[in-house]
Formats: sequence, structure tokens, C-alpha cells
Amino acid sequence: MAAEVLNPHLSWNLGRDVSEVLEYHFMVNALLAGSIVAIMAGLVGWLMVLRRDTFAGHTLSMMAFPGASSAALLGIPAAWGYFVFCGAGALVIGRLPRARERFPGEQSAAIGAVQALALAVGFLFVSLYGGVLGDLENLLFGTFLGVSDSQVLVLLAVAAGTLAALCVLARPLLFASVDAGVAGARGVPVRGLASAFLLLLGLAVAATSQITGVLLVFALLVTPAATAQAITARPLVSLLLTVALGLLVVWLGLGIAYFSVYPAGFFITTISFATYVFVRVLMGVLGGRSRRHPELPAPAAPPRGVIA
Amino acid sequence: MTARREVSSAGRSSPAAWQTASGPATPGPAIELTGAAAQIGGRTIWQDVSVRVGHGAFVALLGANGSGKSTLLKAALGALPLSAGSATVLGQAPGAANRSIGYLPQRRSFDQGTRLRGRDIVRLGLDGDRWGLPLPLAWGGPGARRRAAHDRVDEVIEMVGAGSYADRPIGESSGGEQQRLLIAQALVRRPELLLLDEPLDSLDLPNQAAVAALVAEICRGAGVAVLLVAHDVNPLLPYIDSVIYLAGGRAVEGPVEQVITDATLTRLYGLPVEVLRASDGRLVVVGQPDPPAHHHDRHAHDGHPAAAPGNGG
Repeated sequence: MAAEVLNPHLSWNLGRDVSEVLEYHFMVNALLAGSIVAIMAGLVGWLMVLRRDTFAGHTLSMMAFPGASSAALLGIPAAWGYFVFCGAGALVIGRLPRARERFPGEQSAAIGAVQALALAVGFLFVSLYGGVLGDLENLLFGTFLGVSDSQVLVLLAVAAGTLAALCVLARPLLFASVDAGVAGARGVPVRGLASAFLLLLGLAVAATSQITGVLLVFALLVTPAATAQAITARPLVSLLLTVALGLLVVWLGLGIAYFSVYPAGFFITTISFATYVFVRVLMGVLGGRSRRHPELPAPAAPPRGVIA
Repeated sequence: MTARREVSSAGRSSPAAWQTASGPATPGPAIELTGAAAQIGGRTIWQDVSVRVGHGAFVALLGANGSGKSTLLKAALGALPLSAGSATVLGQAPGAANRSIGYLPQRRSFDQGTRLRGRDIVRLGLDGDRWGLPLPLAWGGPGARRRAAHDRVDEVIEMVGAGSYADRPIGESSGGEQQRLLIAQALVRRPELLLLDEPLDSLDLPNQAAVAALVAEICRGAGVAVLLVAHDVNPLLPYIDSVIYLAGGRAVEGPVEQVITDATLTRLYGLPVEVLRASDGRLVVVGQPDPPAHHHDRHAHDGHPAAAPGNGG
């Protein structure tokens, strides 16, 4: 059995391959953790793409580096480091000078400064740890080997909390995301929601980076959402598509990685990106035939006289 | 100025959809400011302002950049407390009746990548401020309430003539189309008062005329009072009951022909100002300190001392 794990063969029988994968507890855990993460990252990522908070998400993913290295330094599970640093990073970014619509660059610069500091602190922790951080590669590119039962439970709890929060915040958050001025006038706490969302984003990033690695979180956070949003502008359909794509990408990625010597993060990212490119090309082709297509410039509005 | 437009004089049918929920709850003026003053950061924006927007009236709020037009809307919404004087909005203190106000803030537009339909933006105006049930579940759930919400959204979309593009992503719609959808959003809760901050800004001339006509129809058809901030009074001339002109920290209110005159504006600005009337009836104000010719730059440089002496309209 051990030999099989080390040297699995991909047969032509898909059913047999799947059942072989599911025979191993570590693969079941990996698939469970991956599925939880795909759902959570998909929903939070969908809002992140809509809110144009991608740079904040990127910075939060960098927070996982000082998180993991400090955890190694302190000898505690890396997951704790991830969650603490990503959560703290979200709170810091949320406190940054308000991003004004007219000066979007202002906040980007401040977030960039936070990101540089996070990496520097992470580097310091690695130095203090005394040389090479054992699983630096896992940190950067993720691992699906050895996801423990307790890790799955922690991910499940974090995801459940995040989803519950999203359910409560959903409508005002969507309103504030696309239409802050009117939402504010209607009494929606735009600023508070922005901070709350960053915190949820931090949690989603921390969870995702445990599967895909720090560098590849966007494979689950951005790409499925961007793909779904390219397909449809209907919010409900778009959200469901995002989750479906995320799950598909994770299952395929983990499945292929099991039969391969290369890291799962690579496959997840590649499949995710390939789907995105495929959809954009397909929509481009379809859009060439249909004037309703999003990627084409909107047809010139027919001259409207005085509306009667 | 309370020259309330008679619905019958508008000569139009008023569909039931246009009626406000409970009819006019407040027979008094929609907005009344008495000796009001506003300060931002210790600087007085305007003072001694006494103006009224009558129930069901269509009033244009005019003035140069930084004269405090948006500030006046914010004061009416209760977002900025008055530093002196008093105000009532729909018979209550500013801010207390905001549920009955449709507000369209000054804005550019939704950028092209915004992947939500126009219909969704309108829908958010209806119940986007409610906590709880996630949007998808609320939309997919059963019940008459959902259908009622859906019908109401359809209704206002038809009302503003946006039916043909409401299902497209809003980022793809033109400026005029977006403006109509945003007016639909402001209308969706059957407000008694519309506060529109430069809805004609950044529209081409035919669209300015069309949106002005649309607002006038809403005003007459539904008896909704409208206070509309504008740079240029000309597209509004056929429709408005009166104007409020802000300049030099003061306000003058009255019918167009009494307010936009050499004498009134010269007194208001404290500078020689001349009002020219073109043969087609259009008005051109000459000599005011901050000509509105650059108003497209204003957004980019808002708050910049060289471009906008004040807080941006």
C-alpha cells in the first residue's frame, strides 16, 4: 500500500482511479479541505472582484508568510499563524486612510507599504528561526499531503463562520460595494462593511493558502469569480458558477496531483487559468455573433427623444 | 416659489405606478430652510439661506463650483448638521424622513467592468440596505413579497424607459442609460422627494433634454417634489417651477425670470454679471467668477484650490 502511494498509476478506468484516490485518508482530507476552501474563497473572492479589492487580497496573502514563519518560530501550528496575521493585516488595511473614489491610487500605495512591511517581518522571522524554514516550498506553493482531521475541522469552522457573516451582510455589502454613495445615504455603514469584508477576506486568504500556498491563493480567490463574472452578470447565477468552478478546479487539481510528482497548487492554478482563458475566448467568439455580448462595446444607444 | 404644478395642467395621465405609497403625507413644503448656515471644517459655505421647495414642485439648484449645492443636499439629508438656522424636510428634522427621499449622489458612472445588471442596481435601491437573508436566497425564495419587489423593479424600469437595457451589465450602458437606471433606483421606494445631484452632468445635449423631461414627468405624474442640482439651467427651462441660486455664500430663490437676471446675480456675486438671452430662449450668464466651462475637470481635481474654490458644488 505504501508503495502504491509513492507510485500511483493513472489507469484508463476513471472510476477505479477515483476510488483509488478516495481509499486514502489523507486524500479524503485534502479533498474535504479543498472543497471547503473552494466554496469559501469563491464567495468571498466574488465580492472581492466586484469591489476591486484584489490588491488588498494580494497583500493579505503575503501576510501568510510572516504568519507561517512566526508560527514556526514559536513552534505552534502554521494555521494559527496564517489566521492571526491575515486577520491582523485585514484590520490594519481596514484602518488605512479611506480610499476615496477619486484617488484610488492613494490607498493602493498605503496597502503596498503594508505588504512590504509584512514581507520584511516574515523575512526577519525566518532569520530568527535559524536559517532555512523547513517547508518553505509548502508555504509558497501549498501542500495537500498531511491535512489533519483537526485542520479540516478548523477550516470547516472558519468557513461556516465566514458564510454566516456573509449571509447577514450580503445585501448591504453588495449595495456598498457597487454604489457606496447611495448606500451611505440609505444608512448602510459603508466604512464598517469595508473593514468587515477585509476581515472575511483575510480569513478566506488564510484558509486558501493552506491548500494552494501563499503565492497561488488567487487561483481560487480571483480566477473562478472572474470567470463566472465574464459569463454572466446575474448575481445569483454568477455566485453559483463561481463556487462550482472552484470545486471543479480543486477536485481536478488534487486528483491530477495525486498521480503526479508535481505540486497540487500548480495544477489547481493551471486548470483555473485555462478555464478562464477558455471562457474569455468562448465569450469573445459568441460575442462576435451576438450584440448582447458583454465584451463588445455597448451598441450605440438609439437616439432617444423626449420620453413621452 | 411654491407654485405647485397642477397635475391636470401637465396634461398627462398619471399611471397608478407613479403614485407615492401613501399619497402626500405632508401637505407642507418638501424642504424648508430658515436662516440656515452650513460649515465644513470651520469654513462657512453659505449662511442666512431661507428657501423652500414646495410639495410636488420641480426646483433647480444652481450655482458655481464650490458654491455649496451638494452641501445643501447633504444638509437636507441630515448628513451635515446646520451651523445656524432651522430646516424641515417632509415635515420632519433633516435625516428623519430619509426613507421617503430618493437621493442620487453626484458621481461619474459605473465603470465598464461592473458585472451587475442595471436591474440589480435598481433592486438594491429597494431593499439593499436590509440585513439578513443573502441576496440570492432572498431572490430565489417563495412568496408574494418577492413577486411584489420584482414587479416594482419592473415598474420603475419601464417608467424611466430602461426596459431594453436593464438586463445588460450596467457598465456597458451609456451615461444616459445609466442615469435613467439610477433615477429608477431613486424612485423604487416611491419617495415623496427626489434629491438629484447633477444628473445631467456628463450627458450629451439630447440626453440632457431627455433626462430633464423624464424628471419633469415623474414630478408631475407622481407628485414627487424634485430638487435638482445643475450647472446649466437651459435643459431645465421648460420644466422647472423655480430656481435656487447659490453664490457668494448666499441664496436667492424664485422663478427663473426673477432670479437669473443681471440685477439679482450681480447683487449675489458682488461682481458685475450679465445675463444674455439667446433667440431660442437659452440663457447665458457672463462674468461670474468661476465659469462652468471646465466642469468635467472638476471631479478629478475636486478640493484642489485652483480648480474648485470650495468643496465641489
